[in-house]
Amino acid sequence: MDLDCEDDKMNNLLVLPMILPVLVGVILVFLRPYIRVQRVLSILTIIASAGIAAYCLQQIHLHGIMRLDFGGWLPPHGILFVGDSFAMLLVLTTCVVSSIILLYSFASTGVETETMFFYPFFLFLIAGVNGSFLTGDLFNLFVCFEVMLLASYVLLTLGGRKMQLKEGITYVLINVLASWFFLLGIAYLYGALGTLNMAHVAVRVAETGQGPLLTLIAIIFLIVFSLKAGLLMYFWLPGSYSAPPTAVAALFGALLTKVGIYALYRMFTLIFIHDPLIYTIIGVLAVVTMVAGCLGAIAYTDVRQIVSYNVIISVGFVLTGLAIGTYTAFQGASYYLVHDMVSKALLFLLAGTVVYLTGRSKFQEISGLIRNYPLAGWLFFMTMLAIAGIPPLSGFIGKVYIGLGAIEKGSYVLLVVAFLSSIGVLYSLLRIFLNSFWGETTISEDDQKPFEKRMGLPLVLLAVLVVGLGIGAELIAPYIQDAANTLANPEQYIRAVLGDDLK
Amino acid sequence: METLITLLVGVLVTVGVYLLLSKEMLRIILGTAILSHAINLLLLTMGGLKKGDVPLLTENAAEYTDALPQALILTAIVISFAVTAFLLVLSYRLYQESNRGPGLRGRQDE
Repeated sequence: MDLDCEDDKMNNLLVLPMILPVLVGVILVFLRPYIRVQRVLSILTIIASAGIAAYCLQQIHLHGIMRLDFGGWLPPHGILFVGDSFAMLLVLTTCVVSSIILLYSFASTGVETETMFFYPFFLFLIAGVNGSFLTGDLFNLFVCFEVMLLASYVLLTLGGRKMQLKEGITYVLINVLASWFFLLGIAYLYGALGTLNMAHVAVRVAETGQGPLLTLIAIIFLIVFSLKAGLLMYFWLPGSYSAPPTAVAALFGALLTKVGIYALYRMFTLIFIHDPLIYTIIGVLAVVTMVAGCLGAIAYTDVRQIVSYNVIISVGFVLTGLAIGTYTAFQGASYYLVHDMVSKALLFLLAGTVVYLTGRSKFQEISGLIRNYPLAGWLFFMTMLAIAGIPPLSGFIGKVYIGLGAIEKGSYVLLVVAFLSSIGVLYSLLRIFLNSFWGETTISEDDQKPFEKRMGLPLVLLAVLVVGLGIGAELIAPYIQDAANTLANPEQYIRAVLGDDLK
Repeated sequence: METLITLLVGVLVTVGVYLLLSKEMLRIILGTAILSHAINLLLLTMGGLKKGDVPLLTENAAEYTDALPQALILTAIVISFAVTAFLLVLSYRLYQESNRGPGLRGRQDE
């Protein structure tokens, strides 16, 4: 009894990564003129959330999946948060990456934007992302998505340049439509099964069998989350990710598509797992996404567009892991997701920094930057290698595991396309590197804009993470294995939520 | 009753999609508003209509209304209200920026 009580208290921690940013965000709204206070409070909040997430991750590793029933309503009757290793790993990465992006935004965001509630919305976005990872209820997932999206609408259009407003309208409309389909899926699912608790839905789907009706509902959810993740339906992505200021673009590139990917993984490893057709569809979508992403990355000359297309390629790559669907592939996907959040943040920040320093965004117009800014040049080179998957950097191990999974399963088409896409990534980024960083130096040392230290520091921190994730892969291996384990064995998740007797 | 409401949802979706496909920003926004009404009705219908009593209060209630869809709809209404308000402001700002009417026209008149 005593032990139970202790357990309950500890599980309350689970809500903090979401509620802490919300509360502090609300407080910051009232502290509008005090920018320095806002900065300090927001960075402290995110670091605290990261600390809590790290602690929870360790607890999950030791004691199994954590669960928090709000208001003491036992599942499946109430809303709940479920912390399994997969979700918590992503929460931790979100907090760490976003705190570094926040550091960058201190240096790059102008005072005008900062007083227009930049930090509160930054925190609301993090809250929405963390909530989406942690929730165990489909409707709550919808709400957390909307929290995240509303914050992202504001961050995208904050500043009000015409380009931002125009891309903002496309982005908002696409997401309104996606949310509409999300509600449609929820309505049908509730009509068909009478529950929205994910674990409970999973049990009922297993009981009734995944007939045509449920497969239809599954495909509606596939459409919804593909729109959010940029799987095949990525047409809105390059525009809206290259419009906002650098720090916001990095936040979007690192986090937003990952939430869609997480939801796809949750849906199709826990709930709709009985129809192999869906995995084939996901596989085809992933292949088309990777090919189209490569074409886009190679076709454009705008640095920010190229970087945005790189996001699309990695979405396709991570979802090959889902299409393969073995324990090894899940392990690879978990590694790759963590790596991708860190390295995409770094890539977006570097691209934004290059554009900021030179005032140009097409790579043919920039040349010989490595002489002016050696640090940025070498960081870019390293990021490129990491994203292409060169050992010992962070992208390598994820790619290897996904490849191993593909060989185990015998999906050689996926294997070939996935690894060819790495070459596409390498080529598209190498073009930027060769044109912009090598070659004749066109900016004389007197003209060059100073590369401020406070802008360099976040880049270096992220680079350290990229190297650390590669070399220290062994250290996070136990958590990754936990994550892959819950994905491969959905019964664990269901048992953690509903208990043994309800099964 | 359910069939009737479902048909109504269909009509609303048709109108909403028609408005969404137009070129006027205001019509598009109205289209999203109508779509959200359609989905709210659908949520309500999916919970079952006209059970004819209060929500479940005691364990042995013979008749009760499912309260969950109503809670879902309430949340969905609030969210769609916020998004519609945001979209209206956004399109007004774009209108101010471009001074050429709030249209989503192609490159020609840019």
